[in-house]
Amino acid sequence: MSTVDTPVTAGGPDARLPEGDPGEGLSRGERLAALAQQRGSLVVLLLTVLVASLVFDTFGSVDNLRDICLQSSFLAVVALGMSFVILTGGIDLSVGSVYALGGVVAAWASSHGTVAALVAPVVVCGAVGLLNGLLIVRAGMAPFIVTLTTLLFARGLLLSVTTEGSVTRVVPSGSAFATMGQGSALGIGYPVWIAVGLYALGVLVLQRTGFGQTVLAIGSNEDAARLMGLPVGSVLLRVYVMSGVLAGFGGALAAAQASSGVTTTGVGLELSAISAVVIGGTLLTGGAGTTGGTLAGVLLLGVIANIINQIGFSNSNWQSVVNGGFLVLVVVIQTFLARRQRL
Amino acid sequence: MASSSFAPRLGSSALRLRPGWMQDNGVYAALVVLLLANAAFTDRFVTVSNLRTQLIQVVPVVIVALGMALVIGTEGIDLSVGSVMALASALLPQYLGYGWPVALVVCILGGVAVGLVNGWLVASIGLQPIVATLASLIAVRGLANIVLDNQADIHDRTLLDLGSGSVLGIPYTVLVAAVLALVVAFLVRRTLVGRRIVSIGGNRAASELAGLPVKRTLLLVYVISGSLAAVAGVLATARLTASTPNTLGNLVELSAITAVVVGGTPLSGGKVKILGTVAGALLMQLIRSTLIAHDLKDSAAQMVQAAIIIVAVYSQRRRGAR
Repeated sequence: MSTVDTPVTAGGPDARLPEGDPGEGLSRGERLAALAQQRGSLVVLLLTVLVASLVFDTFGSVDNLRDICLQSSFLAVVALGMSFVILTGGIDLSVGSVYALGGVVAAWASSHGTVAALVAPVVVCGAVGLLNGLLIVRAGMAPFIVTLTTLLFARGLLLSVTTEGSVTRVVPSGSAFATMGQGSALGIGYPVWIAVGLYALGVLVLQRTGFGQTVLAIGSNEDAARLMGLPVGSVLLRVYVMSGVLAGFGGALAAAQASSGVTTTGVGLELSAISAVVIGGTLLTGGAGTTGGTLAGVLLLGVIANIINQIGFSNSNWQSVVNGGFLVLVVVIQTFLARRQRL
Repeated sequence: MASSSFAPRLGSSALRLRPGWMQDNGVYAALVVLLLANAAFTDRFVTVSNLRTQLIQVVPVVIVALGMALVIGTEGIDLSVGSVMALASALLPQYLGYGWPVALVVCILGGVAVGLVNGWLVASIGLQPIVATLASLIAVRGLANIVLDNQADIHDRTLLDLGSGSVLGIPYTVLVAAVLALVVAFLVRRTLVGRRIVSIGGNRAASELAGLPVKRTLLLVYVISGSLAAVAGVLATARLTASTPNTLGNLVELSAITAVVVGGTPLSGGKVKILGTVAGALLMQLIRSTLIAHDLKDSAAQMVQAAIIIVAVYSQRRRGAR
């Protein structure tokens, strides 16, 4: 990253800081509103876990919590890329298709060794991300329509790679790639470790590099960022490439865990990723938010799914109703909090 | 002709058209060209049964796209239309016991309800349309699957007739789509509501300052979109002779947005082209069936479709940029 050592101040006085310090000169109400926006998801997550472990015998068991973490790790990887995209004020609707594409490509390449299984999906999905970025940055088209189109495109590519979905590529069992998805250390699955590692990296990139600060500046006010001489175009391009790579890598990880690339996965995943980011306190208009919040949002979605299973609703469709309702609720609250802060 | 000295001089001047002509009428030209090409090169293309099949298949997209055109005209977007189709489809068999008129009303009310929620979130709460309708997309699909967990066959004679019957060789569903298109076109061109929609999309702040009932109009637009999606859901269900809330209307929002944009309505709002939207839907249907008729795989057809959307949006963008 060439911009790492360029010192940059994010977004000027207008930008709301992503980290805890809401700044001086704000009233208590404003500070509380800012805090609720940044830490709300974590508090809700902890409360939900606490209540659920008290109510359901099976919820708080180590096995169950471990399972939630493992199941959440794939979405977590995708949502990390989505966080950066949304922080710039954009959106990436193609991640679900790219995720499935990454899984199939990885499974296909895994017969040529672990390196191939990791490099191939990153290259292919990075290319889709690059396509997104070029169309958005160079052609100046709206992110949502561009990525809606690549959603269709990547799904088509995926189908043609697998001969209309009729061929299933299997990951050789016992290979290092399969171990990456299925093995565990200290009782916690490798995918969870990988996701945690990526988030640690994500926090560093967002808060300690010029690239991250430029991402926040673009989200706060793209025109201002441009006028300040920040490399808006190249940063946006890299953000979309990053989102594509992470979505593909998440899919590869899921394929390693499931031992095969499945063409039908990832449908609607973009919605879960966006929900997680928004629930995690990132404004959809960009400019303010944290990757840690996204992680809390992902876990919250995982916990909700698990609780719905615990309650034993005969059909899991309640999950999408709850998720959709939750998303609306959070966004509405965010809108009010944002208004409160501006007063 | 020489309206802009900044315009790049491409091609011979004799062939140069008024700027923007292609954006306004390109869809009709492309439709005619594609029809002629098919008549010449595709076996058994120009047969009554084939043309009728094409029309029948495009009906749900056309109906959904009519509402989408109004929403996009206000610089909004409605991603929930596919889920609303599924909800209407799921409600249908539940209420057919009370007779088809009751079932039909309940289905449309389902669409109205989703539209009200979308419109309220956009107009009163001030959410971005893409977020509000994305949340409905998730929630309403789940709701549809809760209303009807699996699938159910439709046995009502009237509905089955509506789905597959025809008068003078024209399928009922095609007639319904045509009538709805005329009504919406009338709404856009000849009524106050239509003027307001275009005005809000052109400049919302100015419309508010001018005292237009912006919130009420936005609410109405999302309600219309929801109810049209519900109608599309009922028609699609009647045609399939079964209610399939799990799959019905999947990705229809993409087709509808494409039809609207290809038809000449800019995503930046301020302009609504209903005839163009219908032509856009027909064009996309024709492209897909042409590719498949020439043995191109469905997946490849999907990728070509994606490329066409990008080109269409790109050409719209040039003039849409203010």
